[in-house]
Amino acid sequence: MSEYTVTRADIIDAVYKEIGLSRTESALIVETILTHITTTLIKGEEVKLSGFGVFDIRVKQPRMGRNPKTGRDVPISARRVLRFRASNILKNRVNGALTKE
Amino acid sequence: MLKSDLIEKLELENPHLSPAECERVVAIFFESITQTLEAGARVELRGFGSFTPRRRKARAARNPKTGESITIPEKFVPFFRTAKALAKKIDNFSKT
Repeated sequence: MSEYTVTRADIIDAVYKEIGLSRTESALIVETILTHITTTLIKGEEVKLSGFGVFDIRVKQPRMGRNPKTGRDVPISARRVLRFRASNILKNRVNGALTKE
Repeated sequence: MLKSDLIEKLELENPHLSPAECERVVAIFFESITQTLEAGARVELRGFGSFTPRRRKARAARNPKTGESITIPEKFVPFFRTAKALAKKIDNFSKT
């Protein structure tokens, strides 16, 4: 597997090259996409991106956990977590590309 | 929020861009992530989270109807980990 990590800069570059917006404008619009997704999720609403996947908020009940180092019981309070479920299209593409025949 | 809602928001905020251009920007965004995962690499979006391909080992399973045992081959799945900063914002919202 490749060691290279893709970041915002690479996505901005793709927008710049394929759409022909300026780099500044490309950066701004990519940031806006992320902002819209995060503000929607923070409100507790789900984000459904057809062909990619669904981001939603799960409400977790409080439970007892254990510190694996000390063996001590620690209470884990109720919390809200973000979950991503990949669409079948994304799952099939990733599995198809990485599974060797 | 659906992908179409996201595109609509971008259109409203960027009147100088055509609806088709806004749609393409969104498509490029998710296609970049998908292609990176297909290449076996990782995508890290600071403050949001990271996407990585993960290997699931081959395992033995059983057809619950027939009781027949089968081997599920190794597979690769897309995995998302929420950034600490975003996880905090999402969790704190319910507590305020």
